Amino acid sequence: MNPFVHIAAFLTVLLAAGAETQGEIRFPPPEFETGYQFPETTTPAPQAVWREYLDAGVLVFALLLASHLVFVRRSRRAAFVLMIAALLYFGFVRDGCICPIGAIQNVTLTVFDSSYAIPIAAAVFFVVPLVFTLFCGRVFCGAVCPLGAIQDAVLIHPVTVPRWLESGLRLLAYAYLGAAVLFAATGSAFIICRYDPFVGFFRMGGNWNILLVGVCLLLIGLFIGRPYCRFLCPYGVILRNLSRLSKRRVTITPSECIQCRLCENACPFGAIREPTGDWPEGEYKIAKRRLALFLVLLPILPAGGAWGGYASRGQLARVNPRVRTAERVYLEETGQVEGTTDVSDAFRATGQTTQVLYADATEIRDRFGVGGALLGGFVGLIAGGKLVVLSVRRRRTEYEADPASCLACARCYRACPKEHERIKKNKEAAARHR
Amino acid sequence: MADKQENVTRRKFLRDGLWGGCLAGAGAVAGLSVARNNRDNLVWQIDPYKCIACGNCATYCVLEDSAVKCVQAYAMCGYCDLCTGYLVPEPKALDTAAENALCPTGAIKRTYIEDPYYEYTIDEALCNGCAKCVKGCMVFGNGSLYLQVRHDRCKNCNECAIAAACPSQAFKRVPADQPYLLKGMDRKE
Repeated sequence: MNPFVHIAAFLTVLLAAGAETQGEIRFPPPEFETGYQFPETTTPAPQAVWREYLDAGVLVFALLLASHLVFVRRSRRAAFVLMIAALLYFGFVRDGCICPIGAIQNVTLTVFDSSYAIPIAAAVFFVVPLVFTLFCGRVFCGAVCPLGAIQDAVLIHPVTVPRWLESGLRLLAYAYLGAAVLFAATGSAFIICRYDPFVGFFRMGGNWNILLVGVCLLLIGLFIGRPYCRFLCPYGVILRNLSRLSKRRVTITPSECIQCRLCENACPFGAIREPTGDWPEGEYKIAKRRLALFLVLLPILPAGGAWGGYASRGQLARVNPRVRTAERVYLEETGQVEGTTDVSDAFRATGQTTQVLYADATEIRDRFGVGGALLGGFVGLIAGGKLVVLSVRRRRTEYEADPASCLACARCYRACPKEHERIKKNKEAAARHR
Repeated sequence: MADKQENVTRRKFLRDGLWGGCLAGAGAVAGLSVARNNRDNLVWQIDPYKCIACGNCATYCVLEDSAVKCVQAYAMCGYCDLCTGYLVPEPKALDTAAENALCPTGAIKRTYIEDPYYEYTIDEALCNGCAKCVKGCMVFGNGSLYLQVRHDRCKNCNECAIAAACPSQAFKRVPADQPYLLKGMDRKE
């Protein structure tokens, strides 16, 4: 045993107690006499980039196949098989990451932070389902999204949700989308990934609280079809609005609607709109007055939301780690709290001045002032718009799938007697051909 | 009747215009992504000079067995007999007895090289990324033991759960072709 090492260690302990500096070589590396060679530090490579391209390719293929199965084959069974396959691949094999829902944040960060380079897979996952939605409706939601699939697979006894309630709950999804964009744009957090309720199942582990939320959503999903998709999914609200414009739509009947009402309860997601008659005489006047009130509210709600968002900029900004650090350090510096935390210790170890930290925090808080106002205004506008839309009655003469809510799952086809007729005719034609 | 016809055409025109606009928007996002892309994926890594060895890496990873492990920069190591990364403070003896070992999982192997030098190697299968040894080595030693995200284990989550919990913001996204931030690279000849 070399006494020198002991003495040196002792001296270093004394030194380190005073000034603690990192990366300093206190003990010179030895010169070995036995020909000992330094081993290399191993560096196992990350997953090859071609896996990302493969995922993008699988996504495009799955979307093409889903469009074919839903619109040409009109087969629920085939679409279901594809959905389960997508759940297994994108969910359990690829661990649910990257997904288009989370890719919203990567794209937002790309727009707002010029130093961030978006992985090509994230960009493909964000854009391709959007393009498919413009052509074929929400085939991504119906048969490709692993988060949708895991909920769809547990749906056993669908219960109807009233339209006003469904529309009201969907406000959560708009607020979630707005918040996700705000926090990603400020470089604070990727909240969609942080609070993804199902990715824990795919990875077989994760934060217990969030896994519990996932379990609760699946339990609700036994009776209320796809609760996350309908009331929370931020990507879902983008797709639903693009789907309104889509070129091709799910038509319940392959020929003409005979108003048999058999499809009325076929959709577990409340996407089937029944034909409307004229307003009942008494109700019309009340509805008109209600609409007038909501039209007056239309500018007030966004203004109120914007004010609320601006007022809560302090709380919103606290999601940003830099702001959290600044607040903690400020409390310590002004003697309002005793002791230090890992966060403040880490900050002091960087040797930065508190002025720089406070200036950064102020700047971020200001950005949250603008962003919070925009977020609140956006949510208010959507809320106002929803009130107006709910009190307007559209004229419909047949049973239709609402293109926004329809997930292109192909469940309703078999409810239509005309579809049975078509299938039978096809079979007969095939038999004759043989 | 003619009025209605015109109305329908106008609605269709607006719809088509909006449709085209949305498609162009998707195209713009795609274009921006290609312009900003670095042709390689990004992976998470720890800047060892920012890490304060707080221990969050052991508990916040979404994996049961954290993807963050301790690594040894052999070229920086002092090969000390009294290793403050290996031994508890004031050890009863400078040996491999469990009572003297700082590592809670016994992941550090101490091997005699020549008098008075000992080699310390991490058994990654046992390491849980708790950073107790890192702290010991950082405060009293050369700082040759440090944490790295091991990419054979890391799931590369879109938002790393440990990064979100890191008090010193030592986690950053690095290009996948240079996925490690190794200490002591500058010291090698």
